[in-house]
Amino acid sequence: MSSAAGIAFQILQSVFVVLAAPLLVGWVNQCRAWLQNRSAPSILLPYYTLAKLFNKDAVFAHDASPIFRWTPYILFGCMWLAAGIVPVLATGLPFAPAADIIALVGVFALARMFSALAAMDIGTSFGGLGARREMLIGFLAEPAMLMTLFTAAFISGSTQLTTIVDTLAHREFALYPSLAFAAVAFLMVLLAENARIPIDNPTTHLELTMVHEALILEYSARHLALIEWAVAIKLFAYMTIGIALFAPWGIADAGDWSALPYAFAALAGKLALAGAGLALIEALLAKLRLFLAPEFLSTAFLLAVLGMLTHFLVKG
Amino acid sequence: MGVLPSPLTGSLLVAAAWLVVAVAGLIPAGNAAFARRFAFPLGAAAGVALAAWGLQAVWLPAQTLTLPLGLPDLPFHVRMDPLAGFFLMLLGSVSAGISVYAAGYFREEPSGRLTLISMQYHVFLASMAFVLLADDAYLFMVAWETMALSSYFLVITDHQRPAIRSAGFLYLLIAHLGAIAILLCFGVLHGGRGDYTFDALRAAQLQPAWASVAFLLAFFGFGAKAGMIPLHAWLPEAHPAAPSPVSALMSGIMIKTAIYGMVRVIFDLIGNVRWEWGMAVLVVGAGTTLFGVLYALVQHDLKRLLAYHSVENIGIILLGLGMAMVFIGFGHPAAGALGLIAALYHTLNHAVFKGLLFLGAGSILHSTGMRNLNDMGGLIRGMPKTAFYFLIGALAISALPPLNGFVSEWLTFQTALQATVLQHGVVRSLLPLFAATLALAGALTAMCFVKVYGIAFLGRAREPAHRSPLPHAGDAGPMERYGMAWLAAGCFVLGLFPTSFLLMLNRVGVSLTGHGLSEDALLGSGWLWLVPTAMGQASYSPVIFFVVIVAVTLLAFLLVRRFYHGRLRFSDPWDCGYPEQTSRMQDTADAFGQPIRHVFGPIYRTDRRLPGPEDTEPRYSLKVEDRHWYWLYLPVARAAEFVSSKIALLQQGRISIYLLYSFITLIALLVFVG
Repeated sequence: MSSAAGIAFQILQSVFVVLAAPLLVGWVNQCRAWLQNRSAPSILLPYYTLAKLFNKDAVFAHDASPIFRWTPYILFGCMWLAAGIVPVLATGLPFAPAADIIALVGVFALARMFSALAAMDIGTSFGGLGARREMLIGFLAEPAMLMTLFTAAFISGSTQLTTIVDTLAHREFALYPSLAFAAVAFLMVLLAENARIPIDNPTTHLELTMVHEALILEYSARHLALIEWAVAIKLFAYMTIGIALFAPWGIADAGDWSALPYAFAALAGKLALAGAGLALIEALLAKLRLFLAPEFLSTAFLLAVLGMLTHFLVKG
Repeated sequence: MGVLPSPLTGSLLVAAAWLVVAVAGLIPAGNAAFARRFAFPLGAAAGVALAAWGLQAVWLPAQTLTLPLGLPDLPFHVRMDPLAGFFLMLLGSVSAGISVYAAGYFREEPSGRLTLISMQYHVFLASMAFVLLADDAYLFMVAWETMALSSYFLVITDHQRPAIRSAGFLYLLIAHLGAIAILLCFGVLHGGRGDYTFDALRAAQLQPAWASVAFLLAFFGFGAKAGMIPLHAWLPEAHPAAPSPVSALMSGIMIKTAIYGMVRVIFDLIGNVRWEWGMAVLVVGAGTTLFGVLYALVQHDLKRLLAYHSVENIGIILLGLGMAMVFIGFGHPAAGALGLIAALYHTLNHAVFKGLLFLGAGSILHSTGMRNLNDMGGLIRGMPKTAFYFLIGALAISALPPLNGFVSEWLTFQTALQATVLQHGVVRSLLPLFAATLALAGALTAMCFVKVYGIAFLGRAREPAHRSPLPHAGDAGPMERYGMAWLAAGCFVLGLFPTSFLLMLNRVGVSLTGHGLSEDALLGSGWLWLVPTAMGQASYSPVIFFVVIVAVTLLAFLLVRRFYHGRLRFSDPWDCGYPEQTSRMQDTADAFGQPIRHVFGPIYRTDRRLPGPEDTEPRYSLKVEDRHWYWLYLPVARAAEFVSSKIALLQQGRISIYLLYSFITLIALLVFVG
């Protein structure tokens, strides 16, 4: 692989993820509408919303500090970076060795910290409430996520996502019981981290139940657009991490232009399925009470740990 | 040797210079200007020199010297080796920032008190240098006790207040329990042969049982100083009591001398590390980590909260050390070296960011007079520079990339992931569980610092302007800011260029255990790449990470600027359109900790009083206490009181009784000895 082709792949993938992420959100919303017997909005609706928000006038509270002003850009930057780390279309990208799975979790944690700080910046009661709940969910989801990733790291002997995916994609077909545990844990973390039912409801502004919406209550116009876009990229990144870990078949090697169309088609198919699955989960489940969220997430954590132990048991 | 003295001589000169500064401050009696303008800046300059010599010593072979001091026939031995060099570098560089800060912080101190503080402060620094340089048990204990006493006097600077006196007493008590254990440990190592130089102790061949006894004594003794559970009780009392630069010194550096002592005694003097010891260290370390952060989350006194975070970070260091011991005990020196490096790296990182955070807390205290988070709010507007430095410290301690806390936790995770090489099935599957503890603690720390930062610096002041000092709070003075800037820069340097420190610590590991990282790791590491085992297994490049995240953030900013109008209006907060908001409705520190109290209820001893429906004057009170007081400290204290009351029966106050005692003793001696 020449480094120029590698860099071209890297830029291509990053731009692709940023541009395609709202489409995934549109698809999930469409599926959910169908499942709920509503007439579905256009799959392009998230793009229209972003365009509308970017053109509005922004409003800040009088007390807003630089943290409030910069957080949308930092969030967007963090998610963009995450999109560069995850092997979405190809493995072996030149940027991949700069950050492994632990750093990836660190990027998400950085974004979470800034969004919680920005929520507390204005000094409203909902902002503090949202920050507190977000961190409550985060402190359980983050270790569960790490343990899930560690299970995969133990199987492949590496913490680099690209090596893990390489190992898992090109192995002989074998069933890993540990990966089954990890997959369930990962799904639970995905739901929690992306503010989905049963932990949070992305479509509500009910004061007593909202988590993520309470965080971004004070944002408007272009800042809100950036945050919404970052949230879409985050969902996209999480889904592609899941695909990379548990269904990596069809991914291309960096620089291999001929494999790209196939990788692209495989990704599109898997994402469409995953998005529909997410909509199905959201349609079937009800939102949990806030204090059941820790139980939900500690179950995820325990499952991930069990998966890791299973790996040692089966292998040892 | 060139014109410069060797690292050993240089370090001794620095320690002597600190002592000279300590004494010189007293001579122009009552002259506060001398302490401020000369003593603290000179102390800082000496610290920088010490850091340079320490850094140099890491790359040189060990050097020893016998000082013409001490008792007749019992001279002081000093030795400079890579381990001592690394810790001297830590002491010098971190204390330099704190001393500069102190020069500004004590500007309003009355002169009599300031000269005294300056003397104790510099004696404290010099004693820590001697602890690190000591090469015999005698000098070590003398320096150790000087360190404990000088810091005790610093803790009780405000001795007029009874709470501070009792905090100081608790500190002194636990420090001495630890000192006794350390002394006994040296006794066991000595075993009645030879002398007390570390060379003789190192050469002694102990039976496994005695080696384990020595390990346990060292672990207990140094653990008491480091603040590991359940001997941590003095930290949350003593740190808030002391003036802020002193808290920074104690939390940043002094408790690290205990880590130094642990590494020196276990890896160097005892040698033959056993994996069972490692498991003991891991279990205590995991408990310390979790308890520390969970208690930190429910505190509302800023300095107490930071003290509990020191407990947590000591736990993280112990996790690294324990893994190193397990790997070395099972005969995997490369993985063991990685664990040792992770632990020592975290030691340095914690010194830097915790020093910074304590200094930030000091600046808040200085300009508002407040330590209680529940009273604060909106400080970022009055003190933007302090807020900026504190944010760096908060991000670093929350182990967020690309700052320094992340690097050492990353290395600890990588060590845990080496568990596959172990043959022992149970241990192999337990190590990742300790990594899980670390992950949990890291995320909880982030929650805690969202709370601290969000409540103290962000939001709005809770009281109207005429009732609160907050709206009038000014930023920290220039000297305070330079001190914080130095440590904040340290967070970046340690975070962005970890490889040079990794190689340095590898050298420390080689000098201690004879083994370092694997060849692959050393080959793969450049200034850009941090590679703990082998490229392809794990790598991290903080520089690329940092550049990319800054670049994409700026790119997003510029793109939005380029393609969209930048119109911005200012208005009242929206807050779901609810109009009757006051700033008193913001989250408080206690409210922020409420979910944690709910989820981890049994860990705390909570006393919560809610108003009843018929109360005419509704009162709400909440007290969250450390359970260790009730199941450990108070029973021990009661037992001690009971025993001493029984022993007091001996004291009859009549001379004939005492003569009788002497007589009985003599008879007994004749019977047993004769």
